[in-house]
Amino acid sequence: MGRSSSTSKDALALFRSLGSAYSATPTTLKIIDLYVVYAVFTALIQVVHVAVVGSFPFNSFLSGVLSSIGTAVLAVCLRIQVNKENKEFKDLPSERAFADFVLCNLVLHLVIMNFLG
Amino acid sequence: MQAEQTEWGEKSKSGTMYLQFYINENGDKVYTTKKESPLGLATESAHPARFSPDDNRARNTCVIITAASLGLSPSNSYKFSFQLCNDCKVFQVITFVCLQAFQRVVIGWDKDVESSQVTAVSCLSTMATRNLGGFLVLILAFTICGAATVFQPISDSHRSTALELFVPAGGSFGSLEETYEAVRSFEILGIDKKPDISSTACPSVLETLGSSSSTPKDLLYALRVNSILKCNVNEELLKGIVPRLKAAVNDASSLLEFYYSIGSLVLIKDQSSDADVLLVDADGIFHSIKALSQSDGRWRYGSNNPESSTFAAGLAFEALAGVISLASSEVDQSMIGTLKNDILKLFDSIEKYDDGAFYFDEKAVDARVHHGPLSTTSSVVRGFTAFAAVTSENLKLPGDKILGLAKFFLGIGIPGDTNDFFNQIDSLACLENNRVSVPLIVSLPITVLSLTKKDQLKVRVNTVLGSDAPPLTVKLVRASISGSRDISIESQDLKFDKESGSHVLDVLPKTLDVGKYVFVFEVVLHDSEHEEVFATGGQTQVPIFITGVIKIDSAEIAVLDSDLGSIETQKKLDLAGENVVSLSANHLQKLRLSFQLTTPLGQVFKPHQAFLKLRHETKVEHIFVVGNSGKFEIVLDFLGLVEKLFYLSGSYDIQLTVGDAVMENSFLEAIGHIELDLPEAPEKAPHPPLQPVDPYSKYGPKAEITHIFRSPEKLPPKELSLVFLGLTLVPFIGFLVGLLRLGVNLKNFPSSAVPATFAILFHLGIAAVLFLYLLFWLKLDLFTTLKALGFLGVFLLAVGHRILSHLASTSAKLKSA
Repeated sequence: MGRSSSTSKDALALFRSLGSAYSATPTTLKIIDLYVVYAVFTALIQVVHVAVVGSFPFNSFLSGVLSSIGTAVLAVCLRIQVNKENKEFKDLPSERAFADFVLCNLVLHLVIMNFLG
Repeated sequence: MQAEQTEWGEKSKSGTMYLQFYINENGDKVYTTKKESPLGLATESAHPARFSPDDNRARNTCVIITAASLGLSPSNSYKFSFQLCNDCKVFQVITFVCLQAFQRVVIGWDKDVESSQVTAVSCLSTMATRNLGGFLVLILAFTICGAATVFQPISDSHRSTALELFVPAGGSFGSLEETYEAVRSFEILGIDKKPDISSTACPSVLETLGSSSSTPKDLLYALRVNSILKCNVNEELLKGIVPRLKAAVNDASSLLEFYYSIGSLVLIKDQSSDADVLLVDADGIFHSIKALSQSDGRWRYGSNNPESSTFAAGLAFEALAGVISLASSEVDQSMIGTLKNDILKLFDSIEKYDDGAFYFDEKAVDARVHHGPLSTTSSVVRGFTAFAAVTSENLKLPGDKILGLAKFFLGIGIPGDTNDFFNQIDSLACLENNRVSVPLIVSLPITVLSLTKKDQLKVRVNTVLGSDAPPLTVKLVRASISGSRDISIESQDLKFDKESGSHVLDVLPKTLDVGKYVFVFEVVLHDSEHEEVFATGGQTQVPIFITGVIKIDSAEIAVLDSDLGSIETQKKLDLAGENVVSLSANHLQKLRLSFQLTTPLGQVFKPHQAFLKLRHETKVEHIFVVGNSGKFEIVLDFLGLVEKLFYLSGSYDIQLTVGDAVMENSFLEAIGHIELDLPEAPEKAPHPPLQPVDPYSKYGPKAEITHIFRSPEKLPPKELSLVFLGLTLVPFIGFLVGLLRLGVNLKNFPSSAVPATFAILFHLGIAAVLFLYLLFWLKLDLFTTLKALGFLGVFLLAVGHRILSHLASTSAKLKSA
């Protein structure tokens, strides 16, 4: 009993520490995180829809899911490049990273739109 | 006899054909390569007549079919090859080839219809199948118009055709040349009801004669038209032309110039009473025209033209005849003698057809003006008849050649072209009254005589234009069955019947049976002096058909048991009347049909065709030949025929066909039905051939095609899709809420003007691209999108670069600061 409660207490403590650590992150990064969460949720909902209804226009399903996942991935790349604590990308101006993000998104969405049908 | 035989096999250049055949005593066809049969008669070529494109003898092979029943006029030119009867799978009878009016037309156009139609009817029911061991190519009423063609003199059909052909377009015929052709043809044919051309032609004539720019050719034709139409031409006008023409004669260097000017002068001499047209230097002119002659009797057109032409020779003869008639003093007789020799030499180069027609043809083909046999021959005829008319002594030309020329012109039939028609009629008019020898034509109005109708043999002897001949007798030298040497009639004289103007053999001898005969006639003139004047042509051979009703008797049909030969059912048939016989047999039995045919004289008759046809209810047909061994009998042994009948059991219609050209009562009789019981077809039995589908059914409506589409996938119900759409938007709203909670602001937005605009433009650019994507999804295609994207992309890059570099520099300044 004590262990389980300690375990749960530890889990709670862990979450709290995560949360407090997280609040230290700069706002820009938080925005990007939020965006990623949004994209992933959208993908999840589409998968649930296919599970319910069936995958008849399979291309549409694929394009929808891949659009969400793709943009999430690109946002993650952006976060990596913009994060100042990342030593690798110290010299990369964040605007450049943002421009890359925008460009890649546009290309991704062109392909998605083509495949959407 | 050799002459009668077709020469296809021996002389065809496309490859020698050796196979011959003869009919032996039993009436069977025996093939051999020998030229003489054991009976001593000549064998005939086994190869059916074929048409070849370069065949110059095609005109001799006439196949009389139902061409007459098609209502064709022989005056048109056709080339036919038609498939007779729909169910004749093999028949392709190539009929006469009339390439041009030069070719001879089928004989007996209107008169031989009876024989041809009879045979055609009997053909219509027959067809050749594989059963007969190869092709049965029956050539109907194959008449070889070899050495025996009947020529008909000019008749009323010519006159009516003339009226149809020479139709003035808008009152006039066009040029004076055409007008002359028309009026001359009307004049010769004696047509009274001709269109009134004088009103339009005469002014043209007067104008031509009055004009000082008319060439001698125009003057010639104007004068020719005038001589027929008798327009009132002023004497002074004619006298005024004379000096011009005389000058033209003296200056002439080419044959045509001589011809036109001398011809005009001759006509003026006839039309004007006192014009001075006589030529002073007739000898010189004669000499200069003569100088253009060649050694073979032909003439050149001019001294600088090396080609010689027979047509030009004809023109030269006419011109020289004109010179002789216009000479003021006697022309040197020796020159006239050399001219006669030239004419004789030219006649040596005459060509002939097998049926006795002679003609002239040009050897060299002049590209500019080609004169075919008709115009060349008519030019020569005009020439030598004009010359014979002006010389005092007689021109000695062989009478059979003159007769041959007449036959050539008559053999054309009725040409369809005005030029040909004129040439034919004009030449015949020249031959009618020429001073060399006048040809007499032996013609028969009908060559098919019927014993039942008791037809009489009638022969007419006329001149070429159809006028009466001098007193003469027609002798029938002999008549024999074609192909045999037996003479049926010998040396009969025909009586002259004044009313009909023909020579008649009153009664055909009783011994004359039905069949195909060759009658040989000879014309004997009463007055021996006429022998010099007229050309009768010796003996004329004419093929004659004698038809009659053939009796059919003792016809019976029986079903026999195969082994024993005993008769199971036997029925008598009346083949002249209606029969509906109903028999039944199985495959172990035989069917026997027998009958006898006798001619009116009681001889056994062997028809050309005797077929038995069995037709199954599915329209599969089989044909068998009825054999002849004294009496006609056919035995169908079903045991052997089972496979040939394709194992089809059921009801078969029986049809008997018996036919021949000389049989007036050829028939095609449906005899009745026979129920055949045949065993089942084994696995590998041949299938009956597909019956021809009704040819019109392919134009009817076709079966409807039902299209099968892929059944559409089941889509989820609309409400569910909408729910999920809503659900998808929920995270977006969550995102916006989260942004607000984070305290997103636009503080970093550049405030100064230029960067601000760029920033706005940047965002607008992105929005535009996204809108473009939306349009792309909705209706655009990839290429348009890419094009637009290209433009937008470039714009966006430029703008984005500006704003982002500006932002970067600002933040860099902030950092460094």
